[in-house]
Amino acid sequence: MSPQEIFDNLKAKFGDAIIESKLDAPQPWIRVAADQTKEISFFLRDEVPFQFDSLMCLSSVDYNDGNLGALYHLFSMTHKHKIVLKSYCSKENPHIQSVSAVWGTANWHEREAYDMMGIIFDEHPDLRRLLCPDDYPGYPLRKDFKVPEFYNGMKVPY
Amino acid sequence: MSEPRVLPTDYVTKPGEFKTSTGKTLRTDEMIINMGPQHPSTHGVLRLEVVLDGEIVVDVIPHIGYLHRCFEKHAEHMANYQQVIPYVDRMDYLASMNNDWGYALAVERLMKIEVPPRVEYIRVIMAELNRIASHLIAIGTYGIDMGAFTPFLWCFRDRERILDLFEMTCGARLLYNYIWVGGVSHDLPLGFIDKAKDFCSYFRPKIKELNDVLSYNEIFIKRTAHVGVLPKDVAINYACSGPMLRGSGVDWDLRRDDPYGVYDKFEWGVEIGKGEKGTVGDCWDRYMVRVREMEQSLKIIEQALAGIPEGNVQSAIPKRIRPEQGEIYVRTESPRGELGFFIMSDGTASPYRVKARSPAFVNLSVLPEISRGGMLADLVAIVGSVDIVLGEVDR
Repeated sequence: MSPQEIFDNLKAKFGDAIIESKLDAPQPWIRVAADQTKEISFFLRDEVPFQFDSLMCLSSVDYNDGNLGALYHLFSMTHKHKIVLKSYCSKENPHIQSVSAVWGTANWHEREAYDMMGIIFDEHPDLRRLLCPDDYPGYPLRKDFKVPEFYNGMKVPY
Repeated sequence: MSEPRVLPTDYVTKPGEFKTSTGKTLRTDEMIINMGPQHPSTHGVLRLEVVLDGEIVVDVIPHIGYLHRCFEKHAEHMANYQQVIPYVDRMDYLASMNNDWGYALAVERLMKIEVPPRVEYIRVIMAELNRIASHLIAIGTYGIDMGAFTPFLWCFRDRERILDLFEMTCGARLLYNYIWVGGVSHDLPLGFIDKAKDFCSYFRPKIKELNDVLSYNEIFIKRTAHVGVLPKDVAINYACSGPMLRGSGVDWDLRRDDPYGVYDKFEWGVEIGKGEKGTVGDCWDRYMVRVREMEQSLKIIEQALAGIPEGNVQSAIPKRIRPEQGEIYVRTESPRGELGFFIMSDGTASPYRVKARSPAFVNLSVLPEISRGGMLADLVAIVGSVDIVLGEVDR
């Protein structure tokens, strides 16, 4: 199924939740509303014409304009087509619906995105830090992150 | 085929079930055992928080991050794209060539660079040699996990020959920085092709030896068959890849199904697990896929060595790497599975965002699913069969 058809189907089903898209990019993407990510993902995974059964990668991006983004690179092992979903949230209120119920692999990817970028994935079963220590201050991959001078009373050497 | 092992299904013991001869009731609580970070069978610094009822695993909670070296943050702060490659080397330090290639390919696709055929051939040869070296470690250490010491030494002996080939080519034995964006750092040295051919003819009988001593060893089969079964649908849902996915019987290899390089010019096959000794998707299947993949890699190397064209290996290396604004996700088949790089460029000389989707990270996340309900000793077998490299899990 071509990206255009996928977009048209999603638009017909979800309407305003499909915010924007760029279908002529090398890897076409569709931006969806942050509070309906899960529903749309279930739709894309389970409906026979799409069958996006594999989430290749979930990346988080700080766009440096007050927005954070989560990118879902989807792939269908059955139909061999790809699409990229995007979902944005603001830095002040970084909430995006979790898709870990849809794809099991999203569990750790979302924990990593929470750890590094501070995106809170609502309804995630176990949203803890993954790579950094539990008491680490701040979210290191945000563009405005400053390395703290002291960590737990110890001076950070550089 | 061995008989499936029967484990107690109703394994949660009831309070008051066990009494001493004096009539005293024993406590039958669950307990937590920490495996790692320094446990030898975790192949690095991985901590598993294991919830046990007696000897039966109720739950496993992996704790990672002990080797976190901020790869993604470093990549954003490099002066240019080329400088990221040494960091990529250090992610999966057992398969640096494959990592270099994955990253270089992502940047090349972002900049739409076509590399010369000779470079493609050299990359295939290096990547497949490194795949054999990496699988040898996986197999050897897995043997150690199961109590077989000899195959480990044999594997390291043969891997040494591959490292010699790499040293001959680029001077480094482990972290190569060999594959650059648009080319490779050195052409093949004089005598490399003959030496590589020698290695292929030397190594083929060694696989048979390895099979005789380890793969079809009755004790080894008893420890691995029917253990840690990963069903097909779970494997796909958790986006497992590489031998982990193929062991579950999914005929899927990115070298063939999402083509890159010149793999389509060679004749080779994709090995999948068939459940010969136990259930499809058990530890033995995953192990055996690796052994058989080494033979396929040998096939590819021999064909590539025979057909390698002449040419300049550095003609396509760009003077200045400055991709246009845009983003790309490119995946390649590393020995452990799907190694993906998401690169976002803002048009400047250094990447805006690099995310590495490492295969071991994703494969490890399925561990709790496949180890519940097994024995504690099986957990060692399962962790070994996932073939994790913690440098890559934590990045």
